[in-house]
Amino acid sequence: MTILSVGTRPTETVVPAGLRVGVLALQGDFREHALVLRELGAIVDLVRRPEELDRIDGLVIPGGESSVMDKLARTFGLAEPLQTAIRGGLPVYGTCAGLIMLADTILDGMNGQQSLGGLDIKVRRNAFGSQTASFETDLDIPVLGDLPVHAVFIRAPVVETVGPRARALATLDDGRCVAVEQGNLLGTSFHPEITGEYRFHQYFLQKLVAAAR
Amino acid sequence: MTESNSAEQFGSSRVKRGLAEMLKGGVIMDVVTAAQARIAEDAGAVAVMALERVPADIRSQGGVARMSDPDLIDSIIAEVNIPVMAKARIGHFVEAQILEVLGVDYIDESEVLSPADYKNHIDKWNFTIPFVCGATNLGEALRRINEGAAMIRSKGEAGTGDVSEATKHIRTINGEIKRLTSMSRDELYVAAKELQAPYELVAEIASTGKLPVVLFTAGGVATPADAAMMMQLGADGVFVGSGIFKSGNPEQRAAAIVKAVTFYDDAKVIAEVSRGLGEAMVGINVSDIPAPHLLSTRGW
Repeated sequence: MTILSVGTRPTETVVPAGLRVGVLALQGDFREHALVLRELGAIVDLVRRPEELDRIDGLVIPGGESSVMDKLARTFGLAEPLQTAIRGGLPVYGTCAGLIMLADTILDGMNGQQSLGGLDIKVRRNAFGSQTASFETDLDIPVLGDLPVHAVFIRAPVVETVGPRARALATLDDGRCVAVEQGNLLGTSFHPEITGEYRFHQYFLQKLVAAAR
Repeated sequence: MTESNSAEQFGSSRVKRGLAEMLKGGVIMDVVTAAQARIAEDAGAVAVMALERVPADIRSQGGVARMSDPDLIDSIIAEVNIPVMAKARIGHFVEAQILEVLGVDYIDESEVLSPADYKNHIDKWNFTIPFVCGATNLGEALRRINEGAAMIRSKGEAGTGDVSEATKHIRTINGEIKRLTSMSRDELYVAAKELQAPYELVAEIASTGKLPVVLFTAGGVATPADAAMMMQLGADGVFVGSGIFKSGNPEQRAAAIVKAVTFYDDAKVIAEVSRGLGEAMVGINVSDIPAPHLLSTRGW
């Protein structure tokens, strides 16, 4: 069930030919991200193996179960090259589990859960409680324009501490941070990919295009 | 079934269906103790299903199978960080109310337990918590979605270790979806009648070519190859019940099935993870089960 929010649909292609966007496809809603990126004109590769990292110009880490992604990324040798790529400036956008993967520090993680790191933040996993506490709401996100972003939080994390190198992009009414950026990295606690919200992906693709120049 | 944008909204279809979206490409494992839940999480399960007896034991021990003791469910919730699902009997809306207050993440209104109502399923719109329901064909899946199910799993035949029914059900559902996409509107009216499902849902599927909710497969999956086959047949993910903890080496088998689901289209990886797993569950051939003991025929 794709619900398109009026006015957020892209009107023009923002990705120059030849640029490839990877979507980490170990587990989670990677197909939804691929769909949004393709509608924005990007060439999309699903990424499950280390060698598939070589040809991409940016990566999206989808929603899903962060502990499973972490285990599979390490088992199949993706974690290390990904960390190197992130340190080297690869643009990466993470939603929900993806945000957790990009955080320098995970709070309430599992036994031995590791993140790739990159964002100077502390993220609390599953910060709202069980599924009955999951919700949707509208957020003001100035960097994306005046129209509020309709955001879906599903057993979502929150950014508990934003370090000096990262910047908060959105907060809930109670002040908790739910979207951040730092250089070429972007992370959200919520899931633009399942609400027909294109602006975050557009914003990310702009970073990717700028980084490729 | 769509909600308008407003302030904070809990329990909307989008939020309920959304959790299932996040489980895609993953394995949900049946567990009967906190210790098994720990093994499942460590092996890479995306969620666990808390229940008192795995289907294979329900099948061999007989008797009425009911919702689990809340203490057991609490202990499993306390043990793991991944989502916890639990089963309520078909039509037993009070078991569902209990599971909701216990704080599980998803309720499985399941044919594996003894039905509490031979006519009605639970009105799942009444709940904030999402439901997954079993289906053997498209009509059954659509009736469940119409009642508010936010996720569907094809039933298979639970507790057998025989994947043939799971194969049949996922093929049936996807085959019927494909057929709808080729129909004109006048034919869709008849199809809705034949599927015993609302026309609006039938028309939606005819135009999108897929269910409006996530479709997992269940019932008889016992090996990494079984799980990968379900994924190649179009499942979004896999439930494994008795297949893990009724096998010789649950830790290794569980981890192997997780990998096989991620790399479901890569036979080299599946071959590698299939090595040295020890004994698979012994199982029982579905064709040897007398009709009254089939679980997949429960649900209406």
